[in-house]
Amino acid sequence: MGITFTIIAGLTIAAAVAAMTLRNLIHCALAVAVTFAGLAAAYLQLDAQFVGFAQILVYIGAVSILIVFAVLLTRGGEPSQEKVFSAASVTGIGVTLAVLGVLTWAITKSAVIQRDLPPQPEATVKQIGDALMTKYVLPLEVIGLLLTAALIGAVIIAMRDDVAADVRRRNKNSPGASVAENPPPHVGGYNN
Amino acid sequence: MINGLDQIFVTLKYWLVGQLANVLPASLLPLVSVLLSLVPILVVFPALFAITTVLERKGLGRIQNRYGPNRVGPFGFLQFAADGIKAIIKEDVVPRAADKVIHFLAPVVLVVPAFLVYSVLPVGRNMVAMDIDAGLLFFFAVGAASELAVFMAGWSSRNKYSLLGAMRAVAQMVSYEIPLILSTVTVVMIVGSLSTVDIVAKQSGYHAIGLPNWFVFTPWGFAGFILFLISANAEANRSPFDMPEGESEIIAGYFIEYSGFKFALFFLAEYLGLFAVSGLAITLFLGGWHAPLAALEFIPSWVWFFAKLLGLIGLFIWTRGTLPRLRVDQLMNFAWKFMLPMALINLLAAACWHLIGAGATRWIVCTLLVVGFYVLLGRGLMAGKKLAKRVYRYAN
Amino acid sequence: MTPLAGYLILSAFLFAIGLAGALTRRNAIIVLIGIELMLNAANLNFIAFWRFGEHPEALTGIMFVIFSIGVAAAEAAVGLALIIAIYRHYKTTNLDEVDSMKG
Repeated sequence: MGITFTIIAGLTIAAAVAAMTLRNLIHCALAVAVTFAGLAAAYLQLDAQFVGFAQILVYIGAVSILIVFAVLLTRGGEPSQEKVFSAASVTGIGVTLAVLGVLTWAITKSAVIQRDLPPQPEATVKQIGDALMTKYVLPLEVIGLLLTAALIGAVIIAMRDDVAADVRRRNKNSPGASVAENPPPHVGGYNN
Repeated sequence: MINGLDQIFVTLKYWLVGQLANVLPASLLPLVSVLLSLVPILVVFPALFAITTVLERKGLGRIQNRYGPNRVGPFGFLQFAADGIKAIIKEDVVPRAADKVIHFLAPVVLVVPAFLVYSVLPVGRNMVAMDIDAGLLFFFAVGAASELAVFMAGWSSRNKYSLLGAMRAVAQMVSYEIPLILSTVTVVMIVGSLSTVDIVAKQSGYHAIGLPNWFVFTPWGFAGFILFLISANAEANRSPFDMPEGESEIIAGYFIEYSGFKFALFFLAEYLGLFAVSGLAITLFLGGWHAPLAALEFIPSWVWFFAKLLGLIGLFIWTRGTLPRLRVDQLMNFAWKFMLPMALINLLAAACWHLIGAGATRWIVCTLLVVGFYVLLGRGLMAGKKLAKRVYRYAN
Repeated sequence: MTPLAGYLILSAFLFAIGLAGALTRRNAIIVLIGIELMLNAANLNFIAFWRFGEHPEALTGIMFVIFSIGVAAAEAAVGLALIIAIYRHYKTTNLDEVDSMKG
């Protein structure tokens, strides 16, 4: 256990609390990036190297940037003056404390936590690759399909109405026209 | 004796650890060993950065038919000292409306990943700081973490130009990350391991005609190398992809509001990133620290690594001085419509190479695949544009 | 406190913090961040049990977490696209004001 775990745990919880309570949305997004980094350190501490690096690559390298872009595209850069917590926060906090209480009670009362640390398992990338290609090949293909659907869905949902109408009109008129001949109107940057 | 020169740094490190074992308690020894591996990285690569700034300015100057800096020191080679002293003693101006904490943290968050990625690059035989199982994944993960720092720098300055520059820089880095990683996936597929040490070891030995076994001398490797270099150029925000920081367009983009030492840190991080991806290109495609000819193997391995690194840096300086800057939409089109399909075709070509056995067939098939799709894609993408010879009109 | 209990309690706290944020904050993006935190807490739980479990060579914990990271990233992308679309219509990301069914 020792001091590394305490530092990692302290940093992660402090960053998570900051992410959920700060008023400025960009500060929240950066605090949650620190939380992800703390979790990646925890995975490395638990000898799950591939998962730790994948966590850094996906969460800090992509999801954090996605959140930040969404904050900017919805004009969240300037902190608003209205109240941060909604009217129903008391019930929310109550539910949270109840959940936390039940989880901690279950953990402390369980017999499973008395286990010692087993010897370091061998989770090389080659073994993960072999498992993905033999035992877990169906989930792998399905997640490919899911990611494609999410990609196309996100683009279509967030498309501006005039751009969407333009695409529909173009497809109705000439279904074989190439994009090169009818370039879409210039999509503005983040100014909508 | 030859082997001794090759392994001189390794033996030096073990000797030092042995000496310190008499002095320090045993629990501190792993830490000391790790520190001894890291200190050379912290010394050598910033020194290389200093030399490169001078070389780049003189090289660019000569390409543009002028002298570079030639006042400070013999032929101007102490210019980096003058630049360093200037950066340190300049006043650190922070805008009043800036977000102070993030403004301060952004250069730090940018420089730390830039240094971290060097720990998986094998600089010589047995000379890698961290031989981890998923070395390549570590490199790309830590590299991706630096994009957030770019955004932090641009947003915290509360300046429309810097925010615009930061958004463009992040969009560019995210777009070019995909061809970068896909072109390395071909190498991983052929080698069967993500560890950089294994990748270099797989490129040892020589063909029948004396050509080394490097991956750049295969059709898919050559295409992958070119794709990797172009993506690395874009990832490092260097010309011709330096729209986010083009000095004539957006006045230094996301680091407009930084002065003095923080600006020097951004500069350092950019060049360190460039050296790191060049080092990775050498590891993946150019055979790492291997010598190009069997007769030249007496030269130490780390000399070969740095020679190849200097060659690639020269190539980057050359492209910077020669090619004009790409516009933002041209840059994004290039990434998504050309580089990504080419990287996927390259993956297919590498798979064919591996499945067809050794012999002349696979050379022909893979070369046809890569070159054929390159021509088809180029023709297809240029079909709609009306390209003509440029006509000049002069004022009367 | 044993090592496994330490990781499990850290995961429980992260889950509770994410839940608190998702239930109490008004801004839709913070709610999404809370959901991501909850998913991450569950991932930590999986890896902790994989490490301390009986058959780590079956790699079940690692596989689950890899797929969970992939699904969470896809869900974050679609969720944020939805928030942008809602913002474009209602001109606000305040969840208390997005309360009518008619578009």
